[in-house]
Amino acid sequence: MLKIGVFVCWCGTNIAATVDVEAVAEALSHEPGVVFSTNYQYMCSQAGQDMIVEAIHKYDLGGVVICSCSPRMHEATFRKTVQRAGLNPYMLEIANIREQCSWIHKDKAEGTEKAIILGKAAIAKVHLNAPLHAGTSPVTKRALVIGGGIAGIQTALDIADAGFPVDIVEKKPTIGGKMTQIDKTFPTLDCAACILTPKMVEAAQNENIRIFSYSEVEAVKGFVGSFHVTIRRKARYVKEDVCTGCGLCTEKCPQKKIPNEFNLGLDNRRAIYIPFAQAVPKVATIDAEHCMMLKSGKCGVCAKVCTAGAIDYKQKDQLIEEEYGAIVVATGFNPIKLDHYDEFAYSQSPDVVTSLEFERLMNAAGPTGGTLLRPSDGTHPHTLVFVQCVGSRETRDCGKPYCSKICCMYTAKHAMLCREKYPDTEVYVFYIDVRTPGKNFDEFYRRAVEEYGVHYIKGMVGKVVPENGKLKVQASDLLTNEQLHIDADMVVLAAAIEPDESARPLATMLTASMDTNDFFTEAHPKLRPVESPTAGIFLSGTCQGPKDIPETVAQAGAAASKVIGLLVKDQLTCNPCVAEADELMCNGCSSCEKVCPYGAITYVDKEFRGPNRTTLLRRIAQVNPAVCQGCGACTVACPSGAMDLKGFSTSQIMAEVDAICK
Amino acid sequence: MQELIRQKAIELLENGTVDRVLGWKAGEFFYDLTPAVFRTREEIERDFVYSVFSGANFSKYLVQESRREGKIAAFLKPCDTYSFNQLLKEHRIWRDRVHVVGIACDGMCDIDKIRAAGARGITAVERDGDTLKIETLYGPMTMPKADAEAERCISCKSRKLVVYDEKIGEDGDVIADSPRFDMVAKLEAMTPDERFAFWRGELSKCIRCNACRDVCPACTCEKCVFDNPKSGIAQKAAANSFEENMYHIIRAFHVASRCTDCGECTRVCPQNIPLHLLNRKFIKDINALYGDYQAGADLETRPALLDFQKDDCEPSVVYERGGEQA
Repeated sequence: MLKIGVFVCWCGTNIAATVDVEAVAEALSHEPGVVFSTNYQYMCSQAGQDMIVEAIHKYDLGGVVICSCSPRMHEATFRKTVQRAGLNPYMLEIANIREQCSWIHKDKAEGTEKAIILGKAAIAKVHLNAPLHAGTSPVTKRALVIGGGIAGIQTALDIADAGFPVDIVEKKPTIGGKMTQIDKTFPTLDCAACILTPKMVEAAQNENIRIFSYSEVEAVKGFVGSFHVTIRRKARYVKEDVCTGCGLCTEKCPQKKIPNEFNLGLDNRRAIYIPFAQAVPKVATIDAEHCMMLKSGKCGVCAKVCTAGAIDYKQKDQLIEEEYGAIVVATGFNPIKLDHYDEFAYSQSPDVVTSLEFERLMNAAGPTGGTLLRPSDGTHPHTLVFVQCVGSRETRDCGKPYCSKICCMYTAKHAMLCREKYPDTEVYVFYIDVRTPGKNFDEFYRRAVEEYGVHYIKGMVGKVVPENGKLKVQASDLLTNEQLHIDADMVVLAAAIEPDESARPLATMLTASMDTNDFFTEAHPKLRPVESPTAGIFLSGTCQGPKDIPETVAQAGAAASKVIGLLVKDQLTCNPCVAEADELMCNGCSSCEKVCPYGAITYVDKEFRGPNRTTLLRRIAQVNPAVCQGCGACTVACPSGAMDLKGFSTSQIMAEVDAICK
Repeated sequence: MQELIRQKAIELLENGTVDRVLGWKAGEFFYDLTPAVFRTREEIERDFVYSVFSGANFSKYLVQESRREGKIAAFLKPCDTYSFNQLLKEHRIWRDRVHVVGIACDGMCDIDKIRAAGARGITAVERDGDTLKIETLYGPMTMPKADAEAERCISCKSRKLVVYDEKIGEDGDVIADSPRFDMVAKLEAMTPDERFAFWRGELSKCIRCNACRDVCPACTCEKCVFDNPKSGIAQKAAANSFEENMYHIIRAFHVASRCTDCGECTRVCPQNIPLHLLNRKFIKDINALYGDYQAGADLETRPALLDFQKDDCEPSVVYERGGEQA
């Protein structure tokens, strides 16, 4: 019988406070095969690890069970420890008595009992463990960045600078993302376009960067080091390499009344359009939904005026297949829809706008040429009310429970710009809290209040009613405990931000995890903030959580450095816990192949000895261990029980279940 | 029909298309037809029988038969062709070693139903159009064929031959309004206690002869768990409560999404347990939760339980359904 050593960790008081560690070590010492059982304050410390190594030598241990934190925390650490003592690293089992036991129990007796049971299960399993040896798999030295906003651009530039090819996939006709729509940036008030567009151009000109604009990721297969990705290049009906971006077509197109997404519908564009002057790539795109030629075959004006001959009404979506070693998600955010916020009259009055719409109304390239005018009548507004936390920190279903983080700062910016450009305006800001943690942020906010005379009022706006060309704002001032009535000309709502709607289907494709708000989760909230728990998937920008531009750029660089760290490796060590088919049981039915997400299973016809010296030719499954990721889907799909997962075999799992149920 | 089939069998043997023919021959009793391999004209003329009792589904036999040298002809009824297709999909049959002769079918008969109609000492049954002419020790009698049809034929899902190299007779279509889920719906409408009592009553009859497993075209594992001495459940007689509680449930889970609803399990059960109801419950649920799926209807469609679509129902939907019924 395998000689097993049991090591129970206190984790300071993390475990020891709710689990009687001595009792656990004592109880487990009577389990079959256990020749040594002890407890120690910090098993992961140098002293703790030395204790394990010593015990392996002294008691000639063949298997080790460590009752401690989650294997996600320290399994790798302890595998190295037992390997140092000459054991195969896979002769180790971790019983998670912290996250799954001490942290969730308050009663010590209960916690202790459960810890003993978890320990018994791990002992039962380690008896069936077999030494495993890891192979290697190659790394494709190319990265994919999904999303071409400032996050994606910065990540791509940094990876490309390190010498690796990068592809950016952007679903819109141009890269640049939300930052292209912003007027000025806090806390320095420099122009967003002035700092962003050089980066867009740099990305376009970088030899290592390919930009797939107006494209979407269609399918992702494979795993870290060798992802196989299908990219759909949507037909833009304009030859990207021929179009000069002169814009003549966008002036002559007879379809004039199409809401312009870039200006959030505040003005119109044509059916063929270039989103804005600095678009990259600067080529026209035909909006198939509104183009008469594509809809009914009658028109063709753009083709007639195009001197370059770039228009191609017959263009089709194109599918590109490419291999990547790493994938960076940079899908960004959108302001939430305000349909459920009737109290602010957003859908009733055009003079109630979101903050992003306000950016466009202040922007020199916006629908008003940078002069702040009321959308309803084009007059100059005198009284402006800004409402913060619209949908953020919201307990109702229609809003978001989190703080959108950027609104306090951009509202201070809007208020300040307003007062600076138009000193005749009265500007009110209604807030719950003003949150300004960031370099030079609080100073910025104080300038808005102290130098620019913006009226900051703690309290929420209860109602906005459009009446006689004015917006009657009812609000309460919580500090003076007064009801306020303001006749405003414009109301600006700081709408909460949410992840882009493409994020969830993408997460499914990437098998990357998300939180309940559809933000991608990081591998560790503090220690691995730019990695997804799925190996080879990295996170950049607001897809991971609300962020301002400096933070986004910092995270984009961090994600790039992680990608570079991966791509410089020639080989990755594979997980030896892979599936294997018992060829005597396999009947070649192909069930496993159908469920394998990695394409790791193939079939061969193999000769077997039959009765009376005959040979039988049988189709059997074979698993490519370099491709298999050990997900185990095949083991449950196999109707014959021929598939088993090394390190997590059916018999091992049943032994654990038996030990728990005993 | 018998003559047409016999002639075809002889023709295929003699023109060299095949060297064996899989057909039916009389067993202990004239109505107890068993599958048999014929190699010569003489054997066929002497033993080959096709009658209203030719219910046996040959598909499973072809797993082994197609692995032998030469080529075999098999006569498959519409429901058998679904099983055949499903086995092709699972790569269990070597297609190029089988010559499939599809035969149109409008329902097979159940000897117990003829007995139930009052016939005793039956010596022969012959079909004449819609009537069965029955010879008994006590004189002849007749009954409508429809009254003698097996349950699985009354609730037939399809009269269409989904795969064949040639066919005899004209096959029909998929029967969209088949009443095959009526009894499942009745069981679903029961309270859990009533349902438990029903299945307890049925499954406690099991003698664990393994006939249902042996005949099932979906059961083609190289090594069946029920034969594995290490499994602890490989007994060959009803030894404990395992048969009552688990055996048939495990089997139903095992063939879920691969069962074509051919009804062989119920046909061969010596205890007349309506085993097909377990499988139909799975089929009904799969249809409801993942969209209509008929195992064996074609070679391409991915089985619902081996496929993942983004719009698949969430597991919680299944719980909710169970919650409503429980």
